Amino acid sequence: MTSAVAPVATTGEQSPVSAPRERTGRRAYRWGIGIGLIGLAIALPYLPIQIPIVFNGPINSPGPMHLLSLMCVMAAVAMTYDLLFGYTGLLSFGHGLYVALGMYTTTVLLAETDLGLGATLLVVLGVGLVAPLALGAVCLRVSGIAFAMVTLAFAQAGAIFVIRDPYDFTGGELGRAMTYEKLPSKLVGVFNAPYRYWLALGLLLLVVVVVRWALASRPGRVWQAIRDNEQRVAVLGLRPYSFKLLAFTLSSFLATLAGAVYALVVGGAHAEVTQATFTLGLLLMAVLGGTGRPYGALIGGMVYTYLVHRLGSLSSSVQELPAVIRAPLMEPLLLLGTLFVLLVLFLPGGLVSIVERPAPDLLRRLRAALRIRASGEGQ
Amino acid sequence: MSSFVLMTATGLGLAALYFLVASGLSLIFGLMGVLNFAHAAFLTLGGYTAWLVTDATGSLVLGIVAGVALAAGAGALTESALLRRMHGDHVPQVLLTVGLLLAFTALVRAVFGSDARPMPVPRWMTDVTSIAGAPIPNSRFVLIVAAVVVYAALALFLARTRYGLIVRAGVENRAMVTALGIDVRRAFTLVFAIGTGLAALAGSLVALVQDVVSPEQGMSLLIFAFIVVIIGGLGSFHGSALAALLVGLVQQYANFYALTGMGDLVVVLLLAGILLTRPQGLLGRRLA
Repeated sequence: MTSAVAPVATTGEQSPVSAPRERTGRRAYRWGIGIGLIGLAIALPYLPIQIPIVFNGPINSPGPMHLLSLMCVMAAVAMTYDLLFGYTGLLSFGHGLYVALGMYTTTVLLAETDLGLGATLLVVLGVGLVAPLALGAVCLRVSGIAFAMVTLAFAQAGAIFVIRDPYDFTGGELGRAMTYEKLPSKLVGVFNAPYRYWLALGLLLLVVVVVRWALASRPGRVWQAIRDNEQRVAVLGLRPYSFKLLAFTLSSFLATLAGAVYALVVGGAHAEVTQATFTLGLLLMAVLGGTGRPYGALIGGMVYTYLVHRLGSLSSSVQELPAVIRAPLMEPLLLLGTLFVLLVLFLPGGLVSIVERPAPDLLRRLRAALRIRASGEGQ
Repeated sequence: MSSFVLMTATGLGLAALYFLVASGLSLIFGLMGVLNFAHAAFLTLGGYTAWLVTDATGSLVLGIVAGVALAAGAGALTESALLRRMHGDHVPQVLLTVGLLLAFTALVRAVFGSDARPMPVPRWMTDVTSIAGAPIPNSRFVLIVAAVVVYAALALFLARTRYGLIVRAGVENRAMVTALGIDVRRAFTLVFAIGTGLAALAGSLVALVQDVVSPEQGMSLLIFAFIVVIIGGLGSFHGSALAALLVGLVQQYANFYALTGMGDLVVVLLLAGILLTRPQGLLGRRLA
């Protein structure tokens, strides 16, 4: 899983001696593409484009805008998850807890207090810093698979708390709706979907910048070293524990922030986020796109969210589908889970690696995989 | 007093379920290093098979046996066809089992719907027996007896048979066993089949106790089984039994005497406490 492929040069990694004009040209090209994509993403609400099957309506109508907002938020959460899993090698099954923390803190504070949105978000930031620090300090006492199980257990405690609702403020299984009166009017209502989209896009850009910056920083290098060989890091005289706690806190902090935006986009907090399946979904997104790769989780998050929301309606928009095909399409996870298994078996680098190292390599891999299977059967 | 007896019986029944799921998980983890999320899928498989076969034939025993046999076969197949391909790569193995769990749960939803289906429970199981004035449903006794029988059988298997010896040695030091020229792969498949069979048994028993089968039963039980495995010590069979007892009883008492829902939180606190004081679990060996 831990790939030797280092993040491709987007920062000044190369020594200037061996970086001739061609490299600089490539970098300018990358920047150009990046800025172009961001510009396009910002301009989407002004473009009444019809893409027949992909979206049910012009892209700047409320439905597609909402879907795009969800895709941005989930891509951001998936990136924070990959910071932990793909770059630091920490397999967590409790990441959803922090998204839920952000969601519920925002929704409940807005409903129960007179803080207003700004102050509420400040509280969310504070909570998002303190809670992961405390929980991470306990969870990181064990490593590897035990860490995964412990994070799962804590997330489960959170889920039980939310569902049973002992202090009567989380709304139990039904979740809690946003008190719209206390929000700025631009964020409320079906026709203000573009503003929520820009909010979600802003979150995604913020997360991308922070994660890329953190990974290029000195602790970021240590995280990747821990992923590759924790003992070696310890031998070099660094304490893996503190660095892992830093990664855990940063990732969970960003996830909490994403949770707050998620609450604003979907209009409240729902208990689904606290369930273990939500975090398993994040894992799926990261692996789908490609773990430990610059934009793998981002792409995985977008593709996953899109498929989960659209597969069902896609299958009903195409008329003469037999029930055998339609039924599985109504359960997107059947398709995604199977795809996930196939990716783990045959393409551990995820979707991104297809672009990274194009066809010949993929073919060679497939052939190698088939050969292994053939020899396995021959035994 | 009578409520205490009732709580104890219910707690023991819960402990029995935890033990059935956790013992397989723990052995699989100890021997192969695989955290098997698909355990929940096999649990669901067992529950649904038991439901279908019991509905069709009217025989509960036949239903449970069919569920266990099917799950054990499917488990052996999963291990030999999928997990073995990435032998030693623990994280991809975990990912693989996660994918299997998600896909299988979705498949069950697609075929049978996401609503719970009523399980035909024989009359004698829902009847109650009075012990010290406490009315205890007979299904609790079935759970406890099943767990005790499984515990005894597994303990005998591990202590007295050749394969049990290989499994114990493999948990202790897999590399050494392989170096001695013993084919551990067959032991892997065997342990996986036993574990998934036990999960299926737990699945059909859960269906009996709750009167229904539903796609989510597996996952909710799995999480507590994970907690039991960690508290007991990863890879320790007797540890799982001890921890299952502890967790089942503590959960019931706390739910009854404190606040509903408190028991689940207390169990997580117990886990945190164990991790802080004894990270390797009650009977586990210190992790390297």
